[in-house]
Amino acid sequence: MSSLSRRRVLFGGAAVGAGALLTACTSNDTGTPAQVNQNSGDANAAPGDKVVIGFTAPAADHGWIAAITNNAKAQAQQYSDVELKVTEAGSDAAAQRAALATMIAEKPTIIVMLPHDGKELNSAAEEAMRAGIPVVNLDRAFPSRDAYRLQIKGDNFGMGLAAGSYIGEQLKAKGVSNPIIGEIPGIDSLELTQERSDGFNTALAVYGFKVANRRPADFTIDGGQKAATDLLQALPKMDALWNHDDDQGVGVLAAIKQANRSEFFMVGGAGAKSAIDAITADDTVLKATVTYSPSMASSAISLARLIAQGKGMSDLVELQVPKEITLASETITKENAAQYAKLGF
Amino acid sequence: MTTETAPAETRAGRERRRLDEGTIRNLGLVAVLVILVIIGIITRPELYSDPTWVRNNFLTILQQASAIGVVTVGMTFVIIGGGIDLSVGAIIALAAVWCTTVATQSFGAVGMIFTALAVGLGVGLVNGVLIAYGRLVPFIATLAMLVAARGLAAQISGKQTQISESSVINGIATTKIVGIPLLVIILAAVVAAGWVLLNRTTFGRRSVAVGGNPEAARLAGINVKRQTLLLYMLSGLCCGIAAIMLTSQATSAQAAMANLYELDAIAAAIIGGTLLSGGRGTIVGALFGVLVFSTITNLFAINNLSTEVQNMVKGGIIVAAVLVQQFRYQSLTQLFKR
Repeated sequence: MSSLSRRRVLFGGAAVGAGALLTACTSNDTGTPAQVNQNSGDANAAPGDKVVIGFTAPAADHGWIAAITNNAKAQAQQYSDVELKVTEAGSDAAAQRAALATMIAEKPTIIVMLPHDGKELNSAAEEAMRAGIPVVNLDRAFPSRDAYRLQIKGDNFGMGLAAGSYIGEQLKAKGVSNPIIGEIPGIDSLELTQERSDGFNTALAVYGFKVANRRPADFTIDGGQKAATDLLQALPKMDALWNHDDDQGVGVLAAIKQANRSEFFMVGGAGAKSAIDAITADDTVLKATVTYSPSMASSAISLARLIAQGKGMSDLVELQVPKEITLASETITKENAAQYAKLGF
Repeated sequence: MTTETAPAETRAGRERRRLDEGTIRNLGLVAVLVILVIIGIITRPELYSDPTWVRNNFLTILQQASAIGVVTVGMTFVIIGGGIDLSVGAIIALAAVWCTTVATQSFGAVGMIFTALAVGLGVGLVNGVLIAYGRLVPFIATLAMLVAARGLAAQISGKQTQISESSVINGIATTKIVGIPLLVIILAAVVAAGWVLLNRTTFGRRSVAVGGNPEAARLAGINVKRQTLLLYMLSGLCCGIAAIMLTSQATSAQAAMANLYELDAIAAAIIGGTLLSGGRGTIVGALFGVLVFSTITNLFAINNLSTEVQNMVKGGIIVAAVLVQQFRYQSLTQLFKR
C-alpha cells in the first residue's frame, strides 16, 4: 500500500499544482470601452431629480446582449442623479417575469427592459405601467401600445435592406451581371432573422439579384465557422456574401481564411469592434458592416432619465420624449469607419 | 491479469458473433454514406465533375466531422460503460474559454493546450467522482455540469468573444500534412487510439464489463467505481482536445460555443451501434455515425436546402437506427406474436 499511497500523493500534488496554475489563468482584463454619451454641454445634462432606473435584460453569453447591459451601466454612471438597479432576467421569459414582479415591488422611478420575448412579457410590462411605473421597451417590441412609455429598437428589416443595397451597388459598379450571392443568417427560427433576410432579398430584387445559397449559423463563432465552410464548399465561386452577425463573423472570416478564398467581398452585421477594425485595416474580404448597435441601451437610459424628470429631447419642439424611436441601420465602410470606431462593441 | 470469469468458449463465441453484427452494421452505414454521395452526384453533377472540388469536398466533410468525432469517441466509451455525458458541449466551451483568456495566452500555445486538456480532465474528474462515488445518476450529474460549466465559462469570458492570438493554435486548422488537414489527422489518431483502447486493452474489456452488468463486473474483481471515474475523465479529455480544435477553427472562443454537441455525439454513437443501456458499442461505428451527419449537412449545403428539413432527416435517421437495433434483439417470430 505504501507505493500506492506515494503514487496518490504524487498525483494529488500534481493535480493541486495544475489546479493552482489553472485558477491563475482565469484573469482576463480585456477592458472593452462602453458606448456612452458624454455630451455635458446640454441643459438636459444638468443634474435634476433623483431617478431610480430598474434595468432588466436577458442573461446571455452573446456579445451583443453583454454590450447592452454594459452600455446601460456605463451610461447610468455618467449621471450623478441616476441610480441603476440591474436585475438579471435569467434564462427565459418566465424568469424575467418573476424578476419584473420583484422590480415593480421595489417601485423604481422608471423601468428599462429588454424582454426575452416581447409577446410573452407584454402583460408583465402592462402591469408595471398600471402600477404607475413607466416602461422603456428596449429592442424587442411589446405588441400592446399601453405596455410602454417609450419603445426604442433597432431595424432588422432595414439592416437587411442596407446590406442588400450595398452589395447591389458594389456589384453594379463592378458590372457583374449574374452574381453569385451567399448569405449566412443567425438562428433561423427567430423572427428577427426572417426580417433581416426579407430586407436583404427586397434590396437585392431592386437590382434583379437573388441569393444563391443560404446557410444559417447560430450566432456563435464555431457555428459561423461551420456554416461558412459549408457555404464556401457549395459555392466554389462567389461574388458577395452577407453575414448577419459580426460575432459569428469572427468564425466566418476564419473559415474564409482556412479555405483560402478571396474572390468575393463580404458585408457584416451589427457593427462589432472586431469587424470595424477589420474594415479599417482592409486586409480581409470584409468590406462593410450594417449596424444594429447596442448603443440603443445607452440611449434608453438617457431617455429614461429625461422621461422620469419630465424633460424632452432638446432638439425637438415637443416638451416630452417621443413614444417610439427606431434606429436607422447605418452602413460602415472603410471611408467612415474611423467615425464609428468608438461605437464598436 | 484477467478479469473475465465467464465461460471462455461461449464468451468467445458471442464475441465473434457480435463482431460480425458490428461489421454488418458498419457496412450498412457505409452503404448509407455511398447513397448520400450518389444523391449529391445526381443533384449537383457540375460540382462533382471537377476532381479538385470532389477531393476538397471529401476533406471538408472529414474536417467538419473532426471536433465532434473526437467528442463522440469519448462519449462512446461513457455509454459503453453504462453512463451518459450530457456536459460535453459545456466542457468544450469551458476548456476553450479558459485556454483563450489573456492570462493563459501569455503562456503561449503549450500553455493553452495544457490548460484545455487539464480543464477537460478536471471537469471529467468531477463528473466521475459525483457519479461513481457520490452515486448521482449520470443523467443528473452531467446535466448539472452542463449548466454549471457554461455558467463558469460565461463568468470567465465576461460573455465576450475571446480572440486567439496564438499563431500556433490558429495554425492547427490551416495546416495540412501531405495534403491532409491536421484536424483530420487528429481525428484519425483519436479514433485509432480509441479503437485500440476499447478492443485491445483491459481498460476496454473492463469498460464493456462495467456497462454490461456492473454487479457481475464487481464480483469479477473489477473496481467498478474507479473504472466509471476513468471513463468520465476520458470523455473530458476528448472534450479538451475538441476545444483546441474548435478554438483553432474559429480562431476564438466564447461561452456559447459547441452548442448541443452532446446531442450530436450521443446520436452519432447510437446510430453507430452503441447500446444506450451500455455494454456494447464500436468506435468505428461511432465514426461512421459522425460521418453520416457530416455528409448530410454537406449534401443539404450544396443543394441550398433549408436546415429545417436537414434536422428532420437527422431525426429520422436516429429513429431508424434505434429501430434496427431493436429488431436485432427480437426475432421476427417474437415480433409477430405480439
